[in-house]
Amino acid sequence: MATTGFLPTITASPFLSTLIWIILIIVAMYLARKPFHRCMVSFSLIIRNSLRLFSASVKLAEKRLNDRNRDVLLSAGRQHAERCVEREFERISTAVQRDLEGYPKVQRQLNEGLVKLEEEHHNSVEIPQMLPDWAKVIKAIASIRPNSDPIVGNMLGDIHQTLSEQHTKVLEQHRVDASKRHTILNRMVPLLRSMKKTLVGLNKSLSDLNFRAKRIDRYMDNYEQIREQSDMAMRTLSSSSLTQFFISGAVLLIALGGAIINFNLIALPMSEMVGGASYIGPYKVSNIAGLVIICLEICTGIFLMESLRITRLFPIIGSMDDRMRMMLFWIALSLLAILAGVESALAFMRDRIAADMEALRQSLAGVSPSTIVGSVIPMVGQMVMGFILPFILTFVAIPLESFVASARTILGLTAAWMLRSLAFSLRLIGHLGYYSGRLMINLYDLIIFPALWLEGVVTSGLSRTQTKDNTKKQENITGSVTMPAVDPLTENKEMAK
Amino acid sequence: MKSFRIWIIGFLILLMTGCSQQSNRAKGVYMLLDTSGTYAVELTKARLIINYLLGTLQPGDTMAVGRIDTGSFSEKDIVAKVTFDVRPSVANNQKRVFKNNVNTFVTGVRQSSYTDISGGMLQAIEYLNESGSGNKYILIFSDLQEELAKGYVRDVPFELSGFHIIALNVTKLRADNQDPKKYMTRVEKWREKTIKGGGTWRVINDLERLDNILARG
Repeated sequence: MATTGFLPTITASPFLSTLIWIILIIVAMYLARKPFHRCMVSFSLIIRNSLRLFSASVKLAEKRLNDRNRDVLLSAGRQHAERCVEREFERISTAVQRDLEGYPKVQRQLNEGLVKLEEEHHNSVEIPQMLPDWAKVIKAIASIRPNSDPIVGNMLGDIHQTLSEQHTKVLEQHRVDASKRHTILNRMVPLLRSMKKTLVGLNKSLSDLNFRAKRIDRYMDNYEQIREQSDMAMRTLSSSSLTQFFISGAVLLIALGGAIINFNLIALPMSEMVGGASYIGPYKVSNIAGLVIICLEICTGIFLMESLRITRLFPIIGSMDDRMRMMLFWIALSLLAILAGVESALAFMRDRIAADMEALRQSLAGVSPSTIVGSVIPMVGQMVMGFILPFILTFVAIPLESFVASARTILGLTAAWMLRSLAFSLRLIGHLGYYSGRLMINLYDLIIFPALWLEGVVTSGLSRTQTKDNTKKQENITGSVTMPAVDPLTENKEMAK
Repeated sequence: MKSFRIWIIGFLILLMTGCSQQSNRAKGVYMLLDTSGTYAVELTKARLIINYLLGTLQPGDTMAVGRIDTGSFSEKDIVAKVTFDVRPSVANNQKRVFKNNVNTFVTGVRQSSYTDISGGMLQAIEYLNESGSGNKYILIFSDLQEELAKGYVRDVPFELSGFHIIALNVTKLRADNQDPKKYMTRVEKWREKTIKGGGTWRVINDLERLDNILARG
């Protein structure tokens, strides 16, 4: 059988054959219209509803994750606030112990000072001895002008002399007394100064306590906000967490640079110790050994920081009794010092090996060995770096703790964002599927529009005839009634619903 | 507890397997030096190549230098051989000693009447197989013109699986200049032998391009 394209020919004329095929197809499609519509509607509804269900599930997961993130954030914030308050209380306790514990002593000092001052004041108020009253009489007699009588004259002279001597003596005594009073007053000055200093110190301590109390008030306000789970507290904590994440990440990157330098210092000499021809997987054993040493240093540093309660990565260390904790601190410090010493020695060995290799290379290249005297500065520099870097790496524990703590929040936020995006995408795909179904239905109707048009014509013709009959009947019976036109789109909508 | 032990044993086995890869990664280099009359003058260049190789090879690698003379399939034709210690400082000293041995040989070399390249190849294959190196290289410093003395039979097929054969400084003879086809036929003959034996073949005539000579096969 001949074909027109992919269809077998029906008549001799291809055009006619094609036309007949088109008509047949349209008729077939028209007959299958309602089942096709139902099928498409069902299919699109399956897609939409299943994806909506999936999306709702994802949204639920996102909500749970958000709740968990909120809990984690609040818990972290609460812990931080508690730590701050705790630390402030510790500081206040230290200050109170240091300053106010000695308050009775200060009071005693002040009392003693006051008693001394009182005594000195009492001593200073002693009136200097005055001339006796009879001196005035004698003075009056002595001031009588001597007449010609020599006896009277001599007597008066004696009286005058005695009085003058008495006067001189009393004046001397007065000067001594005044000097004593000055001395007493001089002794009072350091006492006054000491009291002033004590009082200033007391004032400073009280001001400091006042300042710390205000700070505690602020921390307590924050704590209260966190406890109340206010949005402001959430926003603050979230922003703080992000900042911490990036800052600690940057510091860790810098530390990573330090670790790489450290690694390069010890990788070559490690090959002298563990051999340069052994491999674990694709990596040299000497390189792995170098890395292990650096990792051990970092671990020791973390334990050191933990034992000092600077970080709290391992709560068990923080909760140890002080004696054990300090023992751990000394052990970690000793290990770190030993490792630093080993690194320093390795750095020295590296310099020697590098020099030997350079000499060999020159010898193999036929170049005469360099006559420049090698400086010891690079070697010393390497040794110092080898010794210092392990101690510097110790401080990695602090940003590491911040990074781990903030990473929980950041990871949670990222996961929540991804779930939200997934839920949105699922809903979008569901809607796309649904409207694609609608589009297919409309396209289907567009393809068979001649049949639909014909159906419309026939239906309207029939309805007109029927209307006319009905009108006639109605006219005959009651009156006129109009029939509503069938709208295929409305039908589609209903089906979709 | 039992499963924990199994894990530990598994981990140790993994570690041991990792550590036992030493011989697989090590390089083994055997350099054949042609001492026949026409080529003996080129040996100073060979010394430079050997020095370059000494600078390139790492602790754990193996190196040997063999002579191509009338009958090269003999241990006596190995001029110098060494497997470098795993410690870099010891390996450096071994390199110095190796270099001195080669220098002594090059300065006092006596020209041979015949050129038994195949015998040298067989000796090199045997030596490198014994060394257990993972990457095996045979460097032939020769013009590839084989001349066997009467009575010497060298129709043994080479077993070159895993070997990289590199011909260095393949000089053109006077006859090659007159008929370049001879040169090409000579090189092609060795290439075919190598490929047939399962090895890879390379020719490096420009000694300025020695860098990464051992990097690829």
